[in-house]
Amino acid sequence: MSELSAGCRPTIARGMRLQWEAAQDSHVLLYPEGMVKLNGSAGAIMSRCDGVRTLADIVADLERTYGVSGLAADVNAFVALALEKRWLEVPE
Amino acid sequence: MSASPARSPGVGPPLWLLLELTYRCPLHCVFCYNPTEFARTGAELPTAEWIRVLTEARALGAVQLGLSGGEPLVREDLEPIVAAAHELGYYINLITSGVGLTEPRIRALKAAGLDHIQLSFQDSTRELNDFLSSTRTFELKAQVAALIRRYDYPMVLNVVLHRLNIDHVEEILAMAERLGAQYVELANTQYYGWAWLNREQLLPSRAQLERAEAVTQRFRARLGARMQIYFVVPDYFEVRPKACMQGLGSVFLAIAPDGTAMPCHAARLLPGLELPNVRDSAVRAIWYDSPAFNRFRGEAWMKEPCRSCPERSRDFGGCRCQAYLLTGDADTADPVCELSPHHALVTAAVARAERAAGAGAGPALQFRDHRISIVAVGEPPARP
Repeated sequence: MSELSAGCRPTIARGMRLQWEAAQDSHVLLYPEGMVKLNGSAGAIMSRCDGVRTLADIVADLERTYGVSGLAADVNAFVALALEKRWLEVPE
Repeated sequence: MSASPARSPGVGPPLWLLLELTYRCPLHCVFCYNPTEFARTGAELPTAEWIRVLTEARALGAVQLGLSGGEPLVREDLEPIVAAAHELGYYINLITSGVGLTEPRIRALKAAGLDHIQLSFQDSTRELNDFLSSTRTFELKAQVAALIRRYDYPMVLNVVLHRLNIDHVEEILAMAERLGAQYVELANTQYYGWAWLNREQLLPSRAQLERAEAVTQRFRARLGARMQIYFVVPDYFEVRPKACMQGLGSVFLAIAPDGTAMPCHAARLLPGLELPNVRDSAVRAIWYDSPAFNRFRGEAWMKEPCRSCPERSRDFGGCRCQAYLLTGDADTADPVCELSPHHALVTAAVARAERAAGAGAGPALQFRDHRISIVAVGEPPARP
């Protein structure tokens, strides 16, 4: 998991769905008989994982959106965790 | 409609909505949690009413939707119900025995936006599967599992465990692996409804349970995330109760076939709980304002030892239905808890299971049956 390439294109895993829930004021990840309520940063990352953008694009977009730099390590760590939990997948 | 703030302070939305679309079912499972008097409940809601319930609950924030029964595929309007739910933004789980899931139907359900199918098996062997559900369904279920894979659904299997099949966990998990299951739920029987009637025949022994858990651990170690196994321990063997429904009226709303709204699937059996009906009331009023849904919110209803227990905010006193079935008092601590003055009722049932597991056949099993349901049974309040 530590070998995530900046060029990989993570996407929401099959059978999972990410959506904004106004009633919970957050993004939630929905899957068979379960739901994870995402915190703000997790929601911001996951909502950019569309299988088109690369990990590097996602980091750059987040840094631009929030006006900060040096997010790569945190984003990588979260994406690695999300891959392990099978919230995200990286198509071959 | 937009989601407006909850009226009762601290009460969140009914995030999980379960529609029990029908009590009709081609199977006759001995561990069914449906009420034993299911055949005496009223007419099923029509399509338009189910869709109104979906719309109103979604406006309150409901997002996980379970469609169950009975066998939900018995409803010929399942597809339009799924389509409406999908349009509203629900994540839709179909909880089915697989009986009735033909290729045209799965194709239509996929097109309507169904997200997930949970398929139940009674055992890994045809003989026991068919005996426990009193039908010949095993081959059919294997075919349905193949259909579910072909239509690119995650393969989620549910097997209800009890004394008669728990020793087959190794074969059950091997079958699940062969079928390509991604999730397997090994759900030990919970004793409500028909399962309560059959408790003396279904409760496993501690040795059986420990063997099954050891087998499960071996599969988990070998398969890791490829096949995730949930092992739901039978709470009779615990010393603390389950946090049932995260507290009644907290996140879960179930609607019975006749429109009765319930804070848990078994709540019909609780005495004096006047359950509202979606035919008469809006879902918002039911969830936030009805006496039934407020009855067990908060802690005011609790008795000792729960009332002063430091763990009360973690387990909410356990299951109200179990407290009532075992003791006749719905406000007392769930007797599963070793701090309950009634804990001996649970340990005595487990001790009888230990003896019976060695002694062969006990009294006959009562299969879930429409005719029996009509003539026979109310829930006995307690069976010492």
